[in-house]
Amino acid sequence: MTGLFSAVFLSALLFGAVTAAIPLLLAGLGEQMSEKAGVLNIGIEGMLLAGAYLGFVGAFYSGSLWLGFVTGAAGGAAVALIMALLCVRIGLNQIVIGIALTLGLEGLTALLHHFQFSRSYPRLPAADATVIPLLSDIPVIGPAFFKHHLIVYLAVALVFGMGYLYRRTQLGLNLQAAGDKPAALDVAGIDVIKTRTIAVLTTGALAGLGGAYLANVGAGLFIPFITNGAGFLGIVLAMLARGRPVWVLFGALLFGVCLSLTTAMQVAGINIPTDVIQMLPFLAVMIMLVLFGRRASLPAALGIPYERGAR
Amino acid sequence: MSIDTAPTVSATALDATSGAATRRDILHRLLMTLGPILAALVIAGCILLAVGVDPLAYYGYVLEKGLFSPLGIQQTLTRMAPLLFLAAGLIVAFRAGMWNLGGDGQFLLGAVTAAASAPVFVQIMPFWLALTCSFLIAVVVAMIWSLVPALLRAYQGVNEIITTLMMTFLGTSLANVLVKLVFRDPGTTVPQTRTLPVEDRLPRLFDTTITSGLLLGLAAIIIVHLVMTRTAFGLKLRIVGANPRAAVHAGLGVPGLTTAVFAISAGLAGLAGAVDIIGVQGNVRADWNPAYGLAVIPAVFLARMNGFAAIGFVFLLSVLSIGGESAARRLGVPNHFTLVLVSIVLIVLALAEYVDHRYNQSRKA
Amino acid sequence: MSSLSSSSVAARDIVALEGVTKRFPGIVANDSVDLSIRPGEVQVLLGENGAGKSTLIGMLSGLLQPDEGRILVDGKPTPITSPRHALALGIGTVFQHMMLVPTLTVAENLLLGGRWWQRPRTEELAARVAEITSTLGITVKLHAKVSELSLGEQQQVEILRAMVRKSRLLILDESTSMLTPKGIDELGALMRRLVEQGLAIVFITHKLKEAAAFGDRISVLKLGRKVGEIPPERFRALGEQAIISEIVELMFGKQSDDPEAVERPVRTVHAEAAPLLQVADLAVAPTDNAPGLSSISFDIRPGEILGIAGIDGNGQKQLAEALAGQRAATGGSVRLEGVAIEALSVGERRRRGLRYLTDDRLGEGTVGTFPVSINFFLKQVGAAPFWRNGVEQRAEIDKRATQLVREYDVRTPSLKTPVARLSGGNIQKVLLARELAEGAKMVIFNKPTYGLDLANTLASRQRIRDTAARGLAVLLISTDLEELLSMCDRIAVIANGALVGTVENVDDARTKVGRLMIGLAA
Ligand SMILES: Nc1ncnc2c1ncn2[C@@H]1O[C@H](COP(=O)(O)OP(=O)(O)OP(=O)(O)O)[C@@H](O)[C@H]1O
Ligand SMILES: [Mg+2]
Repeated sequence: MTGLFSAVFLSALLFGAVTAAIPLLLAGLGEQMSEKAGVLNIGIEGMLLAGAYLGFVGAFYSGSLWLGFVTGAAGGAAVALIMALLCVRIGLNQIVIGIALTLGLEGLTALLHHFQFSRSYPRLPAADATVIPLLSDIPVIGPAFFKHHLIVYLAVALVFGMGYLYRRTQLGLNLQAAGDKPAALDVAGIDVIKTRTIAVLTTGALAGLGGAYLANVGAGLFIPFITNGAGFLGIVLAMLARGRPVWVLFGALLFGVCLSLTTAMQVAGINIPTDVIQMLPFLAVMIMLVLFGRRASLPAALGIPYERGAR
Repeated sequence: MSIDTAPTVSATALDATSGAATRRDILHRLLMTLGPILAALVIAGCILLAVGVDPLAYYGYVLEKGLFSPLGIQQTLTRMAPLLFLAAGLIVAFRAGMWNLGGDGQFLLGAVTAAASAPVFVQIMPFWLALTCSFLIAVVVAMIWSLVPALLRAYQGVNEIITTLMMTFLGTSLANVLVKLVFRDPGTTVPQTRTLPVEDRLPRLFDTTITSGLLLGLAAIIIVHLVMTRTAFGLKLRIVGANPRAAVHAGLGVPGLTTAVFAISAGLAGLAGAVDIIGVQGNVRADWNPAYGLAVIPAVFLARMNGFAAIGFVFLLSVLSIGGESAARRLGVPNHFTLVLVSIVLIVLALAEYVDHRYNQSRKA
Repeated sequence: MSSLSSSSVAARDIVALEGVTKRFPGIVANDSVDLSIRPGEVQVLLGENGAGKSTLIGMLSGLLQPDEGRILVDGKPTPITSPRHALALGIGTVFQHMMLVPTLTVAENLLLGGRWWQRPRTEELAARVAEITSTLGITVKLHAKVSELSLGEQQQVEILRAMVRKSRLLILDESTSMLTPKGIDELGALMRRLVEQGLAIVFITHKLKEAAAFGDRISVLKLGRKVGEIPPERFRALGEQAIISEIVELMFGKQSDDPEAVERPVRTVHAEAAPLLQVADLAVAPTDNAPGLSSISFDIRPGEILGIAGIDGNGQKQLAEALAGQRAATGGSVRLEGVAIEALSVGERRRRGLRYLTDDRLGEGTVGTFPVSINFFLKQVGAAPFWRNGVEQRAEIDKRATQLVREYDVRTPSLKTPVARLSGGNIQKVLLARELAEGAKMVIFNKPTYGLDLANTLASRQRIRDTAARGLAVLLISTDLEELLSMCDRIAVIANGALVGTVENVDDARTKVGRLMIGLAA
């Protein structure tokens, strides 16, 4: 049992938690933006998968992780573009299209993977970490938090960037208006469709980035269904965060710890089904909701397509 | 939270009050369904071509194994049984404006309880009573599972999309835990529940392999449709769904109705699981999760929450999944292509409905 | 006249409509309407509910596109393609329905529309707002969330927003409906100042006195068509009474003097009759965005109309909801026919004869996407003869709905039309029909004529009087003092969630109520 609580184990656990949290964080931040603007983006799981697949392909063939992140983000954004065209521009039902996109990308990425990689299952070399001087020397915490790929720090910085965007810029106001009362935004001279499209495309790019990180840094390879519900977790995180990016970060870390714990238990050969541990974060959140359950403050126009002049 | 599907709801509200559909309407509907499906097949065919598979051969197998071969159609109809129950449950929830996205968790828990109880009951009770009891237990367990999101939504206003999504993650894991730790069949090495002997399962229809669960499913969805469109109870649920404040103003007991909606919806999802186990599978293997719910949700929407239309879409889904599975096996395509096909069909159908709606509007104006 | 002179006239218009037609499914909302809007003029647009006024405004502000005809801006044909385009052309609109984002602050709402990458310029705004509000004589809480403001305050913010934008053409669609009499007068004075500076104003109202007092030119719409116009020369030549009677003639084709000034028929309320409704010490806790109620007590006898006067947002809605059972009371008692009902549910109170006509027609009064027919029976779902054993009896529903549509003159393309498609006034008729149906003993009317045109207002008031005459107790909540004075037996004044005084509606009631409303003793 001593091994379980050794410093090395603990910092490995936390390191794994951060690695597992990043895709959730990016998906959650992305989803949050769509929801703020009034679009319930159920297709985010598909966007993650597109990002994971294209991110892997990009990195694999170019040999550059960064190029992989770019192709991943582009892949997520491409799926988001379909969503934006169908759900924002012509107002199709967001749940139908979102689920259809998720199903479609699950199938498509698995299919492409089958024809491309299923014989070789190629892996990427381990991503090199950006070690932060001084901080990384702190015992336990240092190796856990300050020896990650650069993109991890950027993702955390993004949390605060988003916070600034929402509270301090005109675009932040526009997004909130688009979700709460789109007609008011429209008569103020701002195109609701454009605003929502920007939000959905950003969501796609962020989710794609998260997927690319998951495949390239987290796993080092692409396998079908690699996201395993991370997109839906992102939806949960975004809704629980009530429009505050920092809460997405906290939530992502909570789930990250549990995911990392599951892997650690398997490695340590501890005989509890991993399902039990996988239940923990959900149990924790549900218990919190039951105890403190407050009215979720979701945007009033969430899920409702905007049509000018309709009543 | 108010995801108001304004156009859909208004359309269904009208459907519900307008009289019998004329022949031309039905023909039109059929055309508006088959046309897009053809278009979707062409698009998906291009993908097949791109990965070097002959689309005609693929579709040939899909049609043959999903629709035209006696064995295939029987499998298709059997697959419909659980999907129909799921669709019925979703119709209740969606018409009442509750986004029960937790169908898969409720389904699995229903399945596991049925799998655990049925083999025991058949030994101590008469056949019919045993099955009925198993069904009942599955329903009750699924209902209890839905109680948390239901009460949170009814009394605290906590958004049910989050809670049901989380409960479905929880439910999936819990079902696995139950299979692996509690109800595990000691007689086998693979983790799974005890297997219900074939003769103790739901009877087959006549001389076929079609499960009689199909009839139960059809009955369930038709009853649900009639209740939602023709009765006071259904109207009350629809009022809650379309405008909860109006429901309060009209003196409806919104929390009670909300809880009822969740209970009915989850109960039907639980039944779906039980029917699949007691009718077809016989046991639950660890990590078994067919995730039917995810595909049924869009189908119910495309049917505009109309029970009869939903039957059609469920049939289509079943043909594609049964046919797709065997076509994939024969042609060496991964089975996942079925997902792509279903997805394209859903999107093109949604688009077609939009175009049709637009066309009608411009004609009326 | 020759085309030459007409084009020279058109050249003076800021905006002109030529033969503009707009159709909605089942209805022609505007039927080849011509309208000229000129700088230095207040153009008053009048018409019944559903006449097509808001539709016309929708086309001027870029929300709707005409099906036929064209819009000229500065004499040049200019399709107004979007609200942004309208703003760029200098057309600022205050819409009939609130167009503020409830979760943003007043300041943020005013700033909405800036370039997306910019930081909102709060300081600049504060200075401009101070400038405008001082001339308007209002105060605006820039940092309050809009959802915390009363409807009247929200309306002020909307007017303010239009002013901040420096438009050449200002459109006000029923912008006085929520203002106090004093606020209305100030708005009138402001409009005068603005047109003197060369602005053009389009002013929509249902109150003919406002039209006569503030307008320069009047156009009347009826069933989508423009049926008449009083040009400025004529307008100035006529006195208020003459203008009003001319308008009434244009609108209704009948002659009458000031139609709103009907004598209050003297009814005899039996003072000794036992009160039908007794409210004692009713209290409601305040919430984030609504005031509470404290020790509200009053009685209403059968056949009596008790008015509740007061500035909007002082607890009127809370009072109505607490009586109807929609809002939990923290103390006090409510008795209907002597039986305590304060613990009963909304539905149970209704079954005992308490009816509540809400002022929020679309928000809670109706289910917008449901057909008109079903909306008549929202509060009776499950009741015979419309449902038997829980099963809908469509024939019965349609029969009764047809009857109600006729009886209450609801203008709807069909029984199946989603009720949200009707104009405000017609939705109100659906609600009236629903609440006054059989079994009522006591009715709460909350702003029953808000947004209604003259004919509908008069008809509604008559229905309320008839209701009382049938021996029902009536609680009439209104911000319109004239309305209360013309209908009530007694008028109580509400301020900050408490009744500050009750006066008998006799000769000097107007001054007494007025004094109470501004915080003086009666
Ligand atoms: N988007 C729409 N879809 C369908 N019908 C509409 C729409 N907008 C308006 N209408 C219909 O057009 C007609 C004119 O409505 P409009 O709102 O212009 O009337 P109004 O003169 O402003 O009435 P009110 O005084 O009640 O505000 C009404 O019959 C209304 O039902
Ligand atoms: Mg109007």
